[in-house]
Amino acid sequence: MGLEEKAGNLGFVTTTLEKVVNWSRTRAMWPLLSGLACCAIEMMAAQSSHYDMSRFGMELMRASPRQSDLLIVAGRVTNKMAPVLVRLYDQMPVPKWVIAMGDCASNGGIFNNYAILQGVDEILPVDVYVAGCPPRPEALINGILVLHDKVQQEKITEYSR
Amino acid sequence: MEQHLNNAVEAIQQKFNAESRSFREQVTLHLNNDQIIPACKMLRDEFSFNILTDETAVDYWGRKEPRFEIMYQLHCREHDIRLFLRTGVSEENPSLPSMTEVFPNANWYEREIWDLFGIKFEGHPDLRRLLLPKDWEGHPLRKDQAIKVEETRFSFNYKEVDPGKPRAKR
Repeated sequence: MGLEEKAGNLGFVTTTLEKVVNWSRTRAMWPLLSGLACCAIEMMAAQSSHYDMSRFGMELMRASPRQSDLLIVAGRVTNKMAPVLVRLYDQMPVPKWVIAMGDCASNGGIFNNYAILQGVDEILPVDVYVAGCPPRPEALINGILVLHDKVQQEKITEYSR
Repeated sequence: MEQHLNNAVEAIQQKFNAESRSFREQVTLHLNNDQIIPACKMLRDEFSFNILTDETAVDYWGRKEPRFEIMYQLHCREHDIRLFLRTGVSEENPSLPSMTEVFPNANWYEREIWDLFGIKFEGHPDLRRLLLPKDWEGHPLRKDQAIKVEETRFSFNYKEVDPGKPRAKR
């Protein structure tokens, strides 16, 4: 989005452009297949036909970080997996967002010991936290809608990731 | 079935002078460190106990001498019987001959025991960490090592809690 940042504040042109850009970003946000543990089952259930996530634009989940915008950290992150997750996040192109799904990704959950990272926000900047162990598919969809609201409020001239 | 198990247990007891304990059809034999490999070879060759299904360690810290005990579980497929073997390992010299020459699948079991307990196995081809990161220090499943509980970080106390967290990038 270099052109818009360089153009600066052009009044109503920029705001209309912002609205269009943000609208289009929310309508086709592809998540990365990053299910680590039990929350991944709920993420799969949310993607399947009963609680459909494709109606929100997430038609498919990409296996490659180079082709995805959204990283849903679903499940507990161990200390051995943490640098791998940071590497995946670094490989995603801007714009990118992170949802911490479940209790273990938000703050360690019921595991408070030497092996589990206490919250994925120690290593990644998180946008939305979804609580639950595991969160119901409807709760995950609610989290995605909250993320959509957040993206609609973004200003393209101040994008910094 | 029972007869085969009794034959095997009697043979081991005669040859190595082991004590045997039985609890609800589960038979455990206690042996010394240097007797384990010959006993397993004998069980594998003569009595057809051909699978090592499990190998773990137990830490009796302060409750019993020697401190660690390694437990082997052998399974005979033709007769469908299981036999448990135990040896004691002391804290000052935590090392033991490796079972990989008798049963090659003991490779990862012994790597896990080295990773979590710190018990070395002589003759193991590739002894390194299996479950924890490569540069981890310590052996967490010993009873005298702290479990490293971290304080939960909320939005009202993150300024006090953050310096204590080694990886927080805020």
